[in-house]
Amino acid sequence: MRLETGGLIDRAAPLGFRFDGREYSGFQGDTLASALLAGGVRLMGRSFKYHRPRGVLSAGSDEPNALMEVGTGARRRPNTRATVQELYEGLEARSQNRWPSLAWDAGQVSDLLAPFLGAGFYYKTFMWPAAFWERVYEPLIRRAAGLGRLSGKRDPDACDKAFAHCDLLVIGAGPAGLMAALMAAEAGARVILADEDCRPGGRLLAEREQVDGAPGHAWAAELWDALAQMPNVTPMPRTTVTGAYDGGTFGALERVAEHMARPPEAAPRLTFWRIAARRAILAAGALERPVAFPHNDRPGVMLAGAARAYANRWAVAPGRRVAVFTNNDDGWRTARDLSAQGIEVAALIDSRAGVTPPEGPWQLMTGTHVTDTRGRLGLRAVQTRDGGGRHRWLEVDTLAVSGGWNPALHLTCHMNGRPRWNPAIHAFVPASDAVPGLDVAGAALGQFSTRGAMKSGQYRARKALEALGFEPPSIPVPNAEDTPPRLSPLWQVPRTRGRAWLDFQNDVTVKDVALAHAENFRSVEHMKRYTTLGMATDQGKSANVGALGVMADLAGREIAQIGTTTFRPPYTPIDIAALGAGADGRGFAPHRLPPSHAYGLERGAPTVEAGLWHRAAYYPREGETHWRESCDREARMVRQAVGVCDVTSLGKIDVQGTDAAAFLDRVYANTMSTLKPGRVRYGLMLRDDGFVMDDGTCARLGPEHFVVTTTTAAAGQVMAHLEFCAQCLWPQLDVALVSVTEAWAQCAIAGPKSRDLVDGLLDAPLGAFPFMACGEVSVRGVGARLFRISFSGEHAYELAVPARYGDALFRRLVDRAETLGGGPYGMEALNVLRIEKGLLTHAELHGRTTADDLGLGRMVKPGSIGHRMRERAGLSGRWREQLVGLEAVEPGARLNGGARLVAAGAAQVRQMDQGYVTSVCWSPQLDRYIALGFLRDGRNRTGEVLDIVDHMRSGAAQAQVVPLPFFDPEGGRLRA
Amino acid sequence: MRLTCPLCGDRDSREFSYLGSATLSDRPADDAPFDAWHEYVHLRDNPAGPNAELWHHVSGCSAWLHVVRDTRNHQVLSIRLAEEGA
Amino acid sequence: MRYSGWQVIAKGLRGQRGWQPAWRDPAPKLAYQVIIIGAGGHGLATAYYLAKNHGITDVAVLERGWLGGGNVGRNTTIVRANYHLDGNTEFYSHSLKLWEGLEQELNYNVMMSQRGIINLAHSDGQMDFYARRGNAMRMQGDDAELLDRDRVRRAYPGLNHDNPRFPILGGLRQRRAGTARHDAVAWGFARGADRRGVDLVQNCEVTGFRIERGRVTGVETTRGFIGAGKVGMAVAGRTSQVAQMAGLRLPIESHVLQAFVTEGLKPVLPGVVTFGMGHFYISQSDKGGLVYGGDLDFYNSYAARGNLPMIEHVHEAGMALMPMLGRARMLRHWGGIMDMSMDGSPIIDRTPIDGLYLNGGWCYGGFKATPASGWCFAHLIATDRPSPHAMRLRLDRFETGHVLDEEGTGAQPNKH
Repeated sequence: MRLETGGLIDRAAPLGFRFDGREYSGFQGDTLASALLAGGVRLMGRSFKYHRPRGVLSAGSDEPNALMEVGTGARRRPNTRATVQELYEGLEARSQNRWPSLAWDAGQVSDLLAPFLGAGFYYKTFMWPAAFWERVYEPLIRRAAGLGRLSGKRDPDACDKAFAHCDLLVIGAGPAGLMAALMAAEAGARVILADEDCRPGGRLLAEREQVDGAPGHAWAAELWDALAQMPNVTPMPRTTVTGAYDGGTFGALERVAEHMARPPEAAPRLTFWRIAARRAILAAGALERPVAFPHNDRPGVMLAGAARAYANRWAVAPGRRVAVFTNNDDGWRTARDLSAQGIEVAALIDSRAGVTPPEGPWQLMTGTHVTDTRGRLGLRAVQTRDGGGRHRWLEVDTLAVSGGWNPALHLTCHMNGRPRWNPAIHAFVPASDAVPGLDVAGAALGQFSTRGAMKSGQYRARKALEALGFEPPSIPVPNAEDTPPRLSPLWQVPRTRGRAWLDFQNDVTVKDVALAHAENFRSVEHMKRYTTLGMATDQGKSANVGALGVMADLAGREIAQIGTTTFRPPYTPIDIAALGAGADGRGFAPHRLPPSHAYGLERGAPTVEAGLWHRAAYYPREGETHWRESCDREARMVRQAVGVCDVTSLGKIDVQGTDAAAFLDRVYANTMSTLKPGRVRYGLMLRDDGFVMDDGTCARLGPEHFVVTTTTAAAGQVMAHLEFCAQCLWPQLDVALVSVTEAWAQCAIAGPKSRDLVDGLLDAPLGAFPFMACGEVSVRGVGARLFRISFSGEHAYELAVPARYGDALFRRLVDRAETLGGGPYGMEALNVLRIEKGLLTHAELHGRTTADDLGLGRMVKPGSIGHRMRERAGLSGRWREQLVGLEAVEPGARLNGGARLVAAGAAQVRQMDQGYVTSVCWSPQLDRYIALGFLRDGRNRTGEVLDIVDHMRSGAAQAQVVPLPFFDPEGGRLRA
Repeated sequence: MRLTCPLCGDRDSREFSYLGSATLSDRPADDAPFDAWHEYVHLRDNPAGPNAELWHHVSGCSAWLHVVRDTRNHQVLSIRLAEEGA
Repeated sequence: MRYSGWQVIAKGLRGQRGWQPAWRDPAPKLAYQVIIIGAGGHGLATAYYLAKNHGITDVAVLERGWLGGGNVGRNTTIVRANYHLDGNTEFYSHSLKLWEGLEQELNYNVMMSQRGIINLAHSDGQMDFYARRGNAMRMQGDDAELLDRDRVRRAYPGLNHDNPRFPILGGLRQRRAGTARHDAVAWGFARGADRRGVDLVQNCEVTGFRIERGRVTGVETTRGFIGAGKVGMAVAGRTSQVAQMAGLRLPIESHVLQAFVTEGLKPVLPGVVTFGMGHFYISQSDKGGLVYGGDLDFYNSYAARGNLPMIEHVHEAGMALMPMLGRARMLRHWGGIMDMSMDGSPIIDRTPIDGLYLNGGWCYGGFKATPASGWCFAHLIATDRPSPHAMRLRLDRFETGHVLDEEGTGAQPNKH
């Protein structure tokens, strides 16, 4: 119910919204929770396990109960805390985890079964019959579990990520944070001041306190505005610092547009910030804790500070007739403030005897506890028990409960810091230096008075500024309330019957903790895991410390002896869209395109991924309806005339220096120093464990100048490896490495007519240019490099020009090829041509092959990387699987990559496995399927027929081992 | 985590890649006993505490760095160019 | 006390009174026949099978902290047997079979849920590789099937099948794979071992070994010396640290692997999905939280927590695979310390010290291995011979070159 006056709301700006289909209205400045309370809604959710009716407990991000689906269609966001969702016009909210309606929820039947559903009951049952778990029990459990529903659709709103840097990050813009930020700002430091709320002030927003004679919220707003005017200060409202990471890095979630129906044009919904801060101050305040007593979970039972916040900040009466139940002086303020707003406060119940709460228009009950409550969908009455043990019922619809305050020290736990119990204030306080560079100030440190928090903020800022080398200014501390509240611990009301909740969302009661204790789940972690306490969406913000108190009571020990509480990041949950911003669609991985890509698009060429590159798979011609038709034609074209293929994606590394040759001798298994300038050699690189890393070519352009190529997929790995060799292993060698993959566009020109094509293209006649020659040439005045190398077994060249000419070169080559009866060919045909020649890709060089497996063992020379460890017994020998050629025995029968091989007639079991198929193609040249594979002792098994084991796909039943290569074994075409 | 590259300055760790123990720089001689090679390739101290290790500024200047970092809390204790030796 | 639905009802009617402790808290004896270091899943399973399979009950499991507090309590609970190299296939196959009867074996509901796993493929080469892996699985006697694009689309409607960067071409599915409730596995084995007489000693850190003439005779602990005929190390994550106390240097590095869970959500995912191109995997727990993770943070670490670059990468992969995740919120993230071996496969073997046995190097595969690891380690300790299911998980394979490198990335642990 809305109060007539007061509140930080704009009564001139009413906002209409809907909850479960009913229309309500609130004001600008409301949260969804405050507007619902103002509209008389107390039942806002259902608990997870027992589907108990629940109302709002808190007024902040620690809310365990009032979780809702907000938004519609693809914008629906489940599990939204109504307490932090700012109201906007047209907001649609829906209760969740209930059926058919919030008031009549069939799931509540589980509450009737509660006597049997104690902590961990599911570990003890649902085991018979065994097959029933997946078929019966689990589907039922899964359907009943879960909270809100995802929309199942792609989010239409974008999110963003960004970096920020500062000298001092101040987390929280309450009294401590504002004073710390002011100090640092005046000192000239670059300051980021972040607060999860939309307004500065922190707890001051919820209080009726004065600071320097002005309302606390006004003081905060004025200071915030002044800070915002300073060029060295970045205020970040609606920004929750979610996690502390190494090196002064903090994660922060800015809710840019969640207070509106959809983001404005070009704005993100959320931005996830990585803030690199030289120092940081945590001034996140404190969170109030409830007290466990029977049926303390009914709608209408809320935290005393929250009740005050609703009345003071939002001008909402949390109920018509309120009782306050507290174990500390701070709770008294709720009675005072509510009463001052004209709300009937029936009783101020203080668990402490011998204290003198303020007098007022309420019944004072000291030394008294609340021992039970009534009301199915909302509180109707509470039962009290005075010091003499006399019970009585009190008709109230709201009970404001305070069990004291816990410092919001969560960020100090993110690097394994363990909070320490401070018996003076009956709360955990942060361990010092738990996060390097992070100081804690204000209530987060246990300084619960306003002025104490301000002083603490100033003090920590001074220390931080000194560490940063800034001169701290001298700034007077404003006048403000300066009395820390006194408290007498009360975790659970003693000597009561009935379920008393600790974790509201997960329905963990005192009895569950007691059961865990009885079953010897006595370490804090065992208790939490066994009961699920603290595992809900609020991560135990309201439950953890109370549960420790209960455990201490059970064990008859002090909390400090029981253990500590800890919190993992994030402080509040982060939308996956924010942390994964930009990755939907194409954004997840780089998408590299070769120079011929535009040409390929024009020709309708589909692309296939190779490494990060997307290369043309084939170039369909009119009338071709299947990729195989295009592929077969292109492969034949290369064998019969000439084909052009963009091979730019192959890694290219420029190696120069007086020791370049010596360097290459070490990194390649074979010798490169004997290579003459103007010549190219095949090269094999091993890892130091003796297995093959990569292969490629090495061209010597000059005495101290080489260009080495790598496979597309391994380009980055080989470059990093060579840099490692040059910088870490042999820094004394004079060698310089540059990746030139992107600098040169490179095209293969392959086929019997390739010489005609190339010769006609160059500015000067080609002359003698034997197989494995290389040299500098000129194409229409552009300096180019020509290599006589072949990945097809044909007479072939690779021509490289500066990348900006790549598109033009490719088109010119294709034009000329077409006049010679040829044309472009793609990856599919390239693959056919290389398989026919028994040449390798990473299907064969998969990291477990040795040079010997490939029949290249004799290439490996002493002194090269990998040659020592390849001597190990496991890396050679006939038991190893060796590269072989395979053909289907049945004519036309299909071979499949990934099929496995056993001896003919052998059992198809692991123990009989002889090898596997790596690369397969239809060879138009040989008119049958051919394959490469690895086979035990394969080189000695030529001619043998093997059984093919392929449970995955259908294909040939038998294959014969044939010699490699399949085509032109003498290599005559290559050298022609 | 942040690393201060001697050439580029203070950078986010996402600019770097990690290889492993700095002992990988101490490659045995070609004719060293097999045990030395086995140790070099496979065995690691794997300390819980300061660890000398090799990082590569792969998205920066391409320098390999010798970094001493505490594996218990990720605090970086020293950084130098790997090619400059100890 | 035998657990059953009847017991739950009977005790419920009596206000949950009468339950007995799940295990005792014994003070350590002066000596044991066998000491297992580490009351994680593997250590507890080892103790259980020592008692059950080999009748050795004079056993203590020593735990520095609380039992089940290591990686068994912080993993993403996936159980599968989809390896392709001899040595791994038979071991994980045995493990999956043990999982399938674990509830009845332990009289404890570990919630082994065989809702299947799929490894998504985005290229022909990946399809071939998965076919090869699937065939290896079938030849081992496990189930595997290669799904084409349409079948994946029907079985997993929530994915972005037409992602322009990584369209889904198909995938390798193992129906018998799934998830289990991780804590329950530790507790079930703990209770089972305790009932057979094994002493579970928590808050007892091993600080040294006593080794006489090349043979281990016991361990020094924070609760004094405890003698032992045989000592088994099952402390993955910390293996190097514990082995170092015995003078051993191992082919292992410790790395951090992060994991994530969302707030509870109504069911959107039937089983486990892995997106290899994004180093991403995800499943949904019975409670409704989406549990997911990705790759290592890449640097050596004992901090059991990671950093933002990998956190962001994992979420980016999630958005690429399942755009509907955008409005789900990550509730909690944490890290575990992985024993990364030099070939990515585990070690269950004797050590050069008589009576001292090694179980480690589990990389990310430890949870699904839990029952078989305990089974095989118990066999090794009891008989001094490797179990037939773990013949190749030897420590000397690095020297001999008989490595088990599933990923083919060589002796660089952060690449496995």
